[in-house]
Amino acid sequence: MSEDVWSESDTTPDAIEAALRELLRERHAANEALVPARVLNLIVVVERSWKGEIANRLERVGRYHASRTVLCAVEEGRETLDARAVIGYDENVGDGISAMHEHVEIDMGPGHLAALDTIVDPVIVSELQTMIWCPHGHHEAIDALRGMIDVVLLDSDDDDDAAAGLTGAAGLLRGAYVVDLAWLRTTPWRERLASSFAPADRRAELTELTEIDVRHRQGSRASALLLVGWLASRLGWRVEPLEPAGVGGLHGTAHCGERAIDVDLEAQEQEAPGLGGVTVSTAAGFSLTLDRARGGLRARESGHGQFRTWQILGASRGEGGILGEGVRQALLRDPTYGPALARAQELCPARAVVGAASSSGGSRDGG
Amino acid sequence: MTALRGQAEAGENPLIAGLERLPVNPTSLVIFGGTGDLAHRKLLPALYNLAHEGALPERFELVGVARRDQPDEDFRAIARESVERFSRRTPDPDVLGGLLDEVRYVPGAFDDDSVYSELGSVLRCFDEQAGRPLDRVFYLSTAPQFFPVIAAKLGAAGLSQCEHAHTRIVVEKPFGYDLASARKLNAELLEVFDESQIFRIDHYLGKETVQNLMALRFANALFEPVWNRNFIDHVQITAAEDIGIGGRAGYYEGAGALRDLVQNHMLQLLALLTMEPPTAFEANRLRDEKLKVLEAIVPPAVDQVSAMAVRAQYAAGVSGGKPVPGYLEEPGVDPDSHTETYAALRLQISNWRWSGVPFYLRTGKRLARKLTEIAVTLKPVPHLAFQSIGSVGVQPNQIILTVQPDEGVTVSLGAKIPGPQMRIRPVNMEFRYGTSFMSESPEAYERLILDAMRGDATLFTRNDEIEALWGIVDPILTAWHEDTAGPLPQYPAGSAGPAEADRLLAGERRWRRL
Repeated sequence: MSEDVWSESDTTPDAIEAALRELLRERHAANEALVPARVLNLIVVVERSWKGEIANRLERVGRYHASRTVLCAVEEGRETLDARAVIGYDENVGDGISAMHEHVEIDMGPGHLAALDTIVDPVIVSELQTMIWCPHGHHEAIDALRGMIDVVLLDSDDDDDAAAGLTGAAGLLRGAYVVDLAWLRTTPWRERLASSFAPADRRAELTELTEIDVRHRQGSRASALLLVGWLASRLGWRVEPLEPAGVGGLHGTAHCGERAIDVDLEAQEQEAPGLGGVTVSTAAGFSLTLDRARGGLRARESGHGQFRTWQILGASRGEGGILGEGVRQALLRDPTYGPALARAQELCPARAVVGAASSSGGSRDGG
Repeated sequence: MTALRGQAEAGENPLIAGLERLPVNPTSLVIFGGTGDLAHRKLLPALYNLAHEGALPERFELVGVARRDQPDEDFRAIARESVERFSRRTPDPDVLGGLLDEVRYVPGAFDDDSVYSELGSVLRCFDEQAGRPLDRVFYLSTAPQFFPVIAAKLGAAGLSQCEHAHTRIVVEKPFGYDLASARKLNAELLEVFDESQIFRIDHYLGKETVQNLMALRFANALFEPVWNRNFIDHVQITAAEDIGIGGRAGYYEGAGALRDLVQNHMLQLLALLTMEPPTAFEANRLRDEKLKVLEAIVPPAVDQVSAMAVRAQYAAGVSGGKPVPGYLEEPGVDPDSHTETYAALRLQISNWRWSGVPFYLRTGKRLARKLTEIAVTLKPVPHLAFQSIGSVGVQPNQIILTVQPDEGVTVSLGAKIPGPQMRIRPVNMEFRYGTSFMSESPEAYERLILDAMRGDATLFTRNDEIEALWGIVDPILTAWHEDTAGPLPQYPAGSAGPAEADRLLAGERRWRRL
């Protein structure tokens, strides 16, 4: 990958935009096969001291790069804008064309955030979808850009308090489309649960479930709540706040008509963020367990006097892949996240309890 | 909530809403010709990529059937090598192991009853392990003469139906050799399988750009108003290859360009380009519309063929800077062969929308470059208020849909050249998949295998459709078969094709530059 770079201290948004345009023009004139990609603007607001770490995470998203990334690095005490614009491209195009990627870093001070729209607006490509990601907080940036952003990327699992993370997501959902990495960590599990009940003779079991047990990494409670919230919203369960149970766990009951559904969330040690396993059962003795395993999920099914185990194939996406998926999801719309989030919020224990669990357990979300 | 609960009780799956990847029933997939080239290069790598993405059914079993006598382990090693060599992504060893560890192999001749008895045992064993009958997909990736044999043997062995599970058969191309053989093959398959079980594959239909043709036409109000005889002057569909026949003389001598590309891929492109809007993107609605427009293409009488079709063979020439032999000098080719490596046609569609609009199709090997495109040329503006002296002038607008190499759409427009005079030249407004979407297009076979397992026949060819396709080219094949006087016209390898093809174009029209 080759790069053309421009940088300037104490610069202006207009100068940055003009430099980008000139870099693109020059590169296309030198090689007509290199063309600007026009997919998505991604605005990332970070602490300047952590911008390298975020840049590394963005490097690992695989093929799902935004076409123009604007990284706003906030530094205490800074009053001027320093900027660096980079055009990345692969000159080994062959007979075809190759898209250039545009990356802008702007160092700014906290005082700039209130009027961030006046800095960012000239720099983004105006007719594209625009997504914002604030992994280090700085939510005033979202407020400032509210009129120009279409999508907010966040991670409900980032908040030490899962309830607060989910409430924050719900608040943002009222003003923009939200892509939640905690939700995306549940995707393979939702797909596999949907798949497990796809055969016509199996679907009736969905209306007879009496127990769900979700195992998750400590710090991924929001993902677990979203998974239960999804089932509740899709299957018409009434839910109420869960209560602490065991070490970092939660327990409670959902209802569907006269039927009660036991809900258990268990925090467990595991390397990868997200979920570690799910078990759903019926009173009649049917039970399906999906557990994280190498090369996919390990499935175990019991009931009707039988016990079976098999592997469900699928490569782990890793956290880089999850972030890449989050970027890709900016172009899509999932109508089931909102209802799942609402049920997940209803499942959250009372705030004081979660806070207590958090402080006593020492984990990010009270585990 | 009540409605959702009602859906579950009524038998619908409320969990699939919002999922990008829809569930597929647990399935056993049997590849006849499992050691062949298509399985090696395309099918096995496609299955791996589906497994990698978690897109295969939760229970998936794979069986290879082929003549070679070898144990399961050897077939697994072959499959592993296929994936490692041809997969579009680096294999994850755990996923690959999971995919191949339980793969079974059934050796034997396709007309041997014992093969089907053994296959039945293997499939029943999978069902028992799963505690339920798995759906079955039989993928016929063999030489075409075995298609009816395998279908009949599957029927005789009781494998064409399975209680409480779906059984489907996927048939690769070529589907028939001419209209009569296609009808015969249809009849033979339909003796054993219901039409809803048969999936005739044309991998072109699995390409994203081909599907995007429908999106372009029916998701944009911009194009449909001009998509008719009032605004369109003519259409050119080109499928050019820069390579020769390679080591495929045995196949190609019996096929030729008309059968190899025109009868299937190019006529499918023509049908999608010209059909009426379907009321839903659903298999039979779509195929009904394609069939209607294919039936509106009037096949020529045999004595009219020379006026509407041109064939030729590549002669020795230079390709990519290197001298290359002519077709007749290729190993395995009859020196007196009349097999065409180039075919060009002029077709008319006899309906209200397209009456009078010529459709030009051309395909060939060893042409100047690899290119598949549809070029729709609009009629010129009726009056020009200014002169265009000193420029190439005002050209009719063109809408060009490129299938390969750079998938996308180009609209050519007239624009003023900067300066004091009103001089016009064509400029292009371009949309390229590679610059507008982040995702990489999946291989066509990945989409089609998944659709076949799911029972979605939208991108497969129906029996009446395949006969309509053959009905268009059959008189041309007959005329060419009967005309064996003298050698075929030649075109130099690396050129744009034979000069004879120019006579198909009327008036000022020219073939587009390759």
